[in-house]
Parts: sequence; structure tokens; C-alpha cells
Amino acid sequence: MQHHTTTRARRADEQGLLGIVSAADTTQRKVPKKGGGEGEEPEASGSQKLAKRGKELKEEMDALVDEIDEVLEENAEEFVKNYVQRGGE
Amino acid sequence: MAIPKVMGTEIEYGITVKGDPDFDPISSCVLLVNSYREDHSGDILWDYDQENPLADARGFQVDGEKYTPNQQENIARNKTLINGARYYVDHAHPEYSCPEVTNSRELVIHEKAGERILEASRREASALLPAGAQMLLYKNNSDRKGNSYGAHENFLMDRRTSFKQVVEYLMPFFVTRQVFCGAGKVGSENRGQRCEYQISQRADFFETEVALDTMVKRPIINTRDEPHADREKYRRLHVIVGDANLSEYTIYLRTGVTSLVLSMIEDGAIRKNLSLRDPVAAIKEVSHDPSCRRAVHLESGKRLTAVEIQQEYLEMAHAYCAGHEVSAEAEDVLAKWQWVLENLRRDPMALERQIDWVMKKSMIESFMERKSLSWDAPQVQMLDLQYHDLRPDKGLYYMLERQGRAERIVGDDEIAAAIRRPPEDTRAYFRGECLRRYGPAVFGVNWDSISFSVDEEPIKRILMAEPLKGSRAHVQGLLESSPTAADLVRNLRA
Repeated sequence: MQHHTTTRARRADEQGLLGIVSAADTTQRKVPKKGGGEGEEPEASGSQKLAKRGKELKEEMDALVDEIDEVLEENAEEFVKNYVQRGGE
Repeated sequence: MAIPKVMGTEIEYGITVKGDPDFDPISSCVLLVNSYREDHSGDILWDYDQENPLADARGFQVDGEKYTPNQQENIARNKTLINGARYYVDHAHPEYSCPEVTNSRELVIHEKAGERILEASRREASALLPAGAQMLLYKNNSDRKGNSYGAHENFLMDRRTSFKQVVEYLMPFFVTRQVFCGAGKVGSENRGQRCEYQISQRADFFETEVALDTMVKRPIINTRDEPHADREKYRRLHVIVGDANLSEYTIYLRTGVTSLVLSMIEDGAIRKNLSLRDPVAAIKEVSHDPSCRRAVHLESGKRLTAVEIQQEYLEMAHAYCAGHEVSAEAEDVLAKWQWVLENLRRDPMALERQIDWVMKKSMIESFMERKSLSWDAPQVQMLDLQYHDLRPDKGLYYMLERQGRAERIVGDDEIAAAIRRPPEDTRAYFRGECLRRYGPAVFGVNWDSISFSVDEEPIKRILMAEPLKGSRAHVQGLLESSPTAADLVRNLRA
């Protein structure tokens, strides 16, 4: 099983992006993906790879947190407090 | 030989109206469901005659009042869709029951189509609210204040398999499968032990092992015996122990592995006794341990982790698949299950693109680290809730998906098509096609029947006791030779 051919998976996800946004009827801006991902050097040593991956991860996390900041509901405390459901099922 | 696992999910969504201090859940649900319009849009009844939620799989009937709304209320609360789904108001929640499917991949497609149908109606409903108010929907299972709503799974089973065996072999599986299908939750509730983050949305709510209830004293194994099919041949296993998942990978794995284990039970392929000493305590212990390292007590005296128990099932599944003809999908599920369990054993956080509870935890921890927040910060609780938000631009699962942080199983085109197209290999095809072709003449619908009102004739009810009949292969000729509902009824009589 090849779960982690990163580039292939990313390509699939990019198709997903288009679908979701067009279905969403919004003007959500596309977030540029950081860290490259395409064309990893096959000859890089284990530790180099690890360091590179670490840096990529850090950049990806920064991008993630930035986007969360943009969409997170304001007044989180009140919002969460007011979210009360009746039991269901 | 195990029977084909016809299956479907019923998801109750959380609902609120932002900016409305007098928010009323029931009228909001009615507004929501009626904001979804399809071309056929006749006034079609949900046929409660066929329902019996008080029959117990252990062989008795429970006392209680069966709910039957009046005609007007019935139509206002129930929509049957041309993709074969039921979209309705269940108590104080909108609920989407997807059409019957025969494989996990199609289940993902139809469950995801349900998300989009609810989102489309949410937008329509919001437009009708006063300025400043906005309806919001959440595909989760708890308000984190002790109120839970369900995400139920249904699997067709052979009635010849004893229910006692089903219970015995499923219990350890259901207690532990959350390690790969929990949706994750910040904190605990319902008098659960305090924790920062747990694997399952629902574990805190299970109070007994086996029972008919779904709303109070929830059981790990539900005994509702309402097959919605020929009850001499089938039972419908009604699974209430799961979480509502957003990750396609998680939905696929949850469904695929569960249906495989059920086939194994039918074929007598589960031989190890993995019975737990205290399943109700164990389901909480497993949920409260995101490291996946804590062991639970077996009746035999042994102690195994949830991952080890799952590995026991996996080994039996390998042997089963080697000795039986199984689908290509079952092989794929088996490989993914194995890969996920290996990761859970080594480092669960490696599954941050596949498994809901890990995806959510990883996202929250990144945010906490950058913002120096603790687990009890309101923003952290907000992140938990907003992971499940159905708005594509606000929902944090969808955000992860957009950023390539969610491994996909199906295509957006397939999901979009399933909004208006039933599965072709079950009776959902006949149901959906009848609505599309003869909508105004359809009088009432249930999972195993559809009735027509043609001219001045008495209502004609067509029974569909076989979930695999009514497929495209089976009824296309009939439908094509029946331009009108009257023709259809006549051709069926002939």
C-alpha cells in the first residue's frame, strides 16, 4: 500500500480544493502551500531529510495557524458557552 | 457464507442560530429541512406503519408509545430525496439517513453528499432569518455540556447468526475501534473523569453494555430489532457507539473494518475470546488515553491495549480473507487497517492526515503552541467545535482538507453527483428513481416500501423487503416501460 506518496496525495487534494470552493459559493482565497513537497532529492541523507522535513513542518504549521486565526469564531468563550443542544437519537 | 453487507448511516447534526437569543431548535430544524428543495417536492409522507423501534433483538417487545405524527406534521418533518436518502427532523436535530449502499467507498460518497445537502439548506434557511442571525450546523456528537446526539451505522445481517454471538464477538471490537474512528474531544462530560483531550466524542455517554435505549443509559450494543427488510431472513444491526466522522479516510476505514468483522462473525471466523472484564469502564479508559498505550482487563485475566485487541481482530481477518473470496475493497480495507494499527502502535500522531481524532488534536496542539494556550482555553474549545462546522469556509476540517492535510478517498465530482443520484445496486435506486420520475404520485415512503396514489384508486403500496432488489439492473426495464405512475402500478400488477 502506498499511503504516503506525498506528491500524489497532494495532487488529489488540490482537486478537492477546487471542488469544495466552487460548491461553497464563497470567495475563499487559496492558501499557497508552503514547503514545496514536489521533487524531493532522492540522494539526501536521512538526517538532512529529517531537518528539511522539520523546517517544512514548521512552515506548514505557521500557515495553518494563520488560516485558523482568520476563520475562528470571535468571542470564543461566549460562543462555546451558548452552544447547548438537546439530547437526541 | 456471510450475506452482503448492505449498509447506511444516520447522522444527527448539532444546530444553533448565531445572533438569536431565543433560538428554538425544533422550529429551526423544520425551517432547515424545508429549505431544501428538489424538483419532485411533492407532499410525501414518511410511512410510520412500517416502523417498530420497540422490538428488541433479544426476542421481546418493549412497552412504550410509538411516535406517529399527524399528516401535516409528518410532511413538514420528513423529506425523502431523489438520491434515496431521508432528510428529516428527529426531536431537536436535523438528521440525514443516507441511502442503502453495498460498499464503504460508496458510503463515504453518500455520507459526504449528506453534508453538502445540509450545507445547501443551511444557506437557504439562513437567508430567511432576521438580519444578523445565521444558522450553523455541526457534524459532531456533543455540546460538551452533557448532551449527546448520535451518528448511527446500520448493517444488514443474517438472522441465522445468533444475537448472543454478535454481542460476544462485537463488544471488544466496539470498545476498541475508536482508536481509528474517534472524532476527538477536548475535555470530558457526563461525570466522566477529567481529561485534557480524548479519542471519542461519545465514550463518556455509554453507561451499559447491551440495551434497547438510545437516549438515556446508552448501551455499547443496541438491540433495536427493526430490520426494515424481511424479518425472517435479516436483522439490521443498529450501531450507536460511533462518532460522526468528517475524514473520508476515517469513514471508509470505520465502515470497511466493521462490515468485514460482521461478515467474519456470520462465517464463524472469530474464535478467540477477547471478552473484556468491564466494557463500560474500558470504553472510557481507551478514549481517555490518546497515547494508545493503556491496557484494559480481559475476562481471561490478560491485559491488552486497544491497539493490541484490534490487532487480534486484524490477524483473524487476514486468515479469513485468505480462505474466502473477498472483494478488492475488503483487501484494501485490510491493508489500511494494518497500516493504521502499526502507526497507532508506534506514534498515533503520525496519522494526522487520516484519522479524525488525530487530525483535530494535531491542529489544536499547533495552535496552542503558537498562542501559548492551555487545554481549557475558550479558543481551544472553539477549535474543537469548529472542526465540525459545515460551512466550507469556516469548518476547520474543510480547511485542513483544502490545505492538503486530509487524505481523500473519493472525488468531489462523485460527491456532487450523489446529491441527486441514488446508489445503483440497492433498493435505494428504485426509491430514488420513483421520486424523480413519479414524484407527485408518490404518497408515502419507508425504507422497505413506497406507496402511490394514482387517480381515484386506493393507495397502492409496493413492498421492498429485499434490500438488494430494486437495483438498476433489476428495475430499469420496468421504469422505462412505465412513463407514468399509473403505468408503473399496472405493470407491477401484471
